[in-house]
Amino acid sequence: MKGTKAVKIDRLKKLVVAADGTETPYDRLLLATGSEPIMMPIPGIYLPGVVPFRNILDVDAMLGAAEPAKKAVVIGGGLLGLEAAHGLMKQGMDVTVIHLKGTLMERQLDEVAGDMLCASLEKRGLTVIRSAETKAIVGDGVVRAVRLQDDTELVADLVVMAVDIRPNIELAEKAGLHCQRGIVTGDTMQTYDGRIYAVGECAEHRGRTYDLVAPLFEQAKVCANQLAELGHAAYDGSMTSSKLKVTGIDLFSAGKIVADEDEEAPVIKDAGRGIYKKLILKDNRLQGAVLYGDALDAPWYFQLMRDGTDVLSNRERLLFGQAFLGDSGHSTENVILDMVDSMEVCGCNGVCKGEITDAITDKNLFTLDDVRAHTKASSSCGSCTGMVQQILAFTLGTEMSETPADKPLCKCTEYIHDQVRTTILENENKTIAGVMMFLEWQTTDGCPGCRQALNYYLLCAWPGEYEDDQQSRYINERVHANIQKDGTFSVVPRMFGGMTTANELRAIADAADKYNVPSLHVTGGQRIDLLGVEKEVLPEIWRDLGKAGLVAGHAYGKAVRTVKTCVGSEWCRFGTQDSTAMGIKIEKMCWGAWTPHKYKLAVSGCPLNCTEATIKDFGVVAVESGWELHVDGNGGVKVRVTDLLCKVETEAQVLEYTGAFLQLYREEAHYLERTAPWLERVGMAHIQNRIVEVSESRKALHQRFLHSQQYFQDDPWATRAAGADEHEFNLLKMVG
Amino acid sequence: MKQWTEIGHIDDIPRLGARVVQAPEGDIAVFRNADDEIFAIEDKCPHRGGPLSQGIVHGRRVTCTIHNWAIELSNGEAVAPDEGCATYYGVTVKDCIISLHLEQAATPTLVAVSE
Repeated sequence: MKGTKAVKIDRLKKLVVAADGTETPYDRLLLATGSEPIMMPIPGIYLPGVVPFRNILDVDAMLGAAEPAKKAVVIGGGLLGLEAAHGLMKQGMDVTVIHLKGTLMERQLDEVAGDMLCASLEKRGLTVIRSAETKAIVGDGVVRAVRLQDDTELVADLVVMAVDIRPNIELAEKAGLHCQRGIVTGDTMQTYDGRIYAVGECAEHRGRTYDLVAPLFEQAKVCANQLAELGHAAYDGSMTSSKLKVTGIDLFSAGKIVADEDEEAPVIKDAGRGIYKKLILKDNRLQGAVLYGDALDAPWYFQLMRDGTDVLSNRERLLFGQAFLGDSGHSTENVILDMVDSMEVCGCNGVCKGEITDAITDKNLFTLDDVRAHTKASSSCGSCTGMVQQILAFTLGTEMSETPADKPLCKCTEYIHDQVRTTILENENKTIAGVMMFLEWQTTDGCPGCRQALNYYLLCAWPGEYEDDQQSRYINERVHANIQKDGTFSVVPRMFGGMTTANELRAIADAADKYNVPSLHVTGGQRIDLLGVEKEVLPEIWRDLGKAGLVAGHAYGKAVRTVKTCVGSEWCRFGTQDSTAMGIKIEKMCWGAWTPHKYKLAVSGCPLNCTEATIKDFGVVAVESGWELHVDGNGGVKVRVTDLLCKVETEAQVLEYTGAFLQLYREEAHYLERTAPWLERVGMAHIQNRIVEVSESRKALHQRFLHSQQYFQDDPWATRAAGADEHEFNLLKMVG
Repeated sequence: MKQWTEIGHIDDIPRLGARVVQAPEGDIAVFRNADDEIFAIEDKCPHRGGPLSQGIVHGRRVTCTIHNWAIELSNGEAVAPDEGCATYYGVTVKDCIISLHLEQAATPTLVAVSE
């Protein structure tokens, strides 16, 4: 019924009456009436040449009136007003912005950032008049000038009103629905009449109205869930962020912009480079951010805010951004603004900046997930996620404000990882199907994402009780070898602590000959990789290797991979402790454990640290007086140096702390979250507390780890060489 | 010329799993979903040729192990926004025995060679 104006809602008869008299019955009614720009009640406001700035028609009107060298006045120095002013300036007009307050964009910026923005806009040729109230618009038949409160007159051929918006609540008010600034709704997006819903700019939720597109999407999702009678989604407000869509001005703001008494506000200001950053912290948690001149880390700060991460352990580096958290991966090539379209963003899938921006504009993409689905950028290793988010933010400008975190486990459910894990424990769910049924999964048997996560969560929660679901395992974990691009597999036997024997090497060489293994490679984790093995012969090669005592190296799994060691005090002139023996003991204790993501360890015999223990998930460095324990390092795409957990004296302590830390990671990290991002999410203080400060907690974790290991230290190669899962390795049939 | 060829019992394939049949037209992946429906498509992802039989089966789809493309089992088509199609084959199940509709094996023919 396009082009029909609804004039009345009859709530008793459940009818909507249109201007042409037609009546439409409803069971449920959704109000999405939007908002209108406020036209100030001043003389001359309806003169031709005065236009609001809200929809596409307004833009057409503005462009039609825009003529080079003519004068435009924009009333309102907020986000919208400044974008309009910038647009008109680009059309060659001489533009003046009049702003009521002393600070531009005062809802998003503090005084310092507002002043910097003002100076930068003035440098580009814009005239800005602050703390000025408009008294009237003067003209005779058409607009001629804008008169201010102090009676100065500004000559104007075009006046753009960008003061504020007003939710369209007339229809709802007439129907007797409770309205304040907008139509008041609860967390289910229902108005005071349970049959009537409201979303978008016309709705008011917990005292707030929104004028950005992202909150609308979130509201609509909840509303759809309610209308479909699923009834489990609720809206608890959006955290919004703003960016200014003006080329060359990098600016971001989210959350609080001015600190209260009980809050702190660390600041960096470098006027020469035009950079200003302010964070608002309360109890070491980020409450807000104002960034001017360098908004590269905006998505990261926004994420920290949403997650409520305790930032104590990296507070001193927080203002310098994510690149300074030992994460030296892409810091130099991160500047989105300076990137040319042909520059590659996603190295895994070969996606360039231009392809991403084109997809965003051509296909109307708004979220990271959309961009991933359409371009594949950041969908593999994920290391370029930050860059893709920045491109998305920059391309969408003010429209971006995807609310990160609190993201459901996957598209099959509304529940987040932690809720699912808690439910599994509290309700003693012990099968994937049981969890899905209990939590009302929206798909019959999930998707690869949630099936693998649930399988891991159940394995971790119920060792010995839960039966591993092979069909919810990635191929590598199902056949205990790594699939290669040509469909063959690689085989990596375990060598405890990186030590081997002539006998083991002979068995590997014999197997390589017997099965025509095309490549042998020494891995970074001190193992030997046999590449190019056909799937059908895997059980046979394992049987041969097993005869020499070799077992699965779990190089294929989200599991404990390797403990790398040096030769330590046994041989090395610098060695302070027997790091090799320590490494072997650790690996004997930890092998076979499934983890949220791959997990690597190393033991160095002295602080020279030849095993690179300080970029491992768990690194042990021997010193004369004992052992230093380092955690949460990463040597992948983004290098992250470990944090020191503590120092201990005895080997028994090393083992206890190693087991406890590994178990904490196993119990708390989200599936596919490595230790480094886990630490950044939960904070080092929490980990210190559970492992170092509270010894009962450490001992209990270690005990739970040892209990679980009873069930998992079972060589999967030996069982398959003996005939288990035969169907995985054989053809069903050969025909023709 | 195509004909129905018996390839095995449905319990030869685990629920939510797949097995491979080697045929003159190439490897064919035969899937069984949670409702015991059986599907057969070429064991080659339309994206980069990954072996679909190794993927995770969910609903009436399989997700390729190599780059996570989802493929409809009923017709071999990639799920949007991805585009592409793997050949699918006719399947019947009678008394738990699965048959595929395949090209008849090439029979050797005598060719007269003139000298």
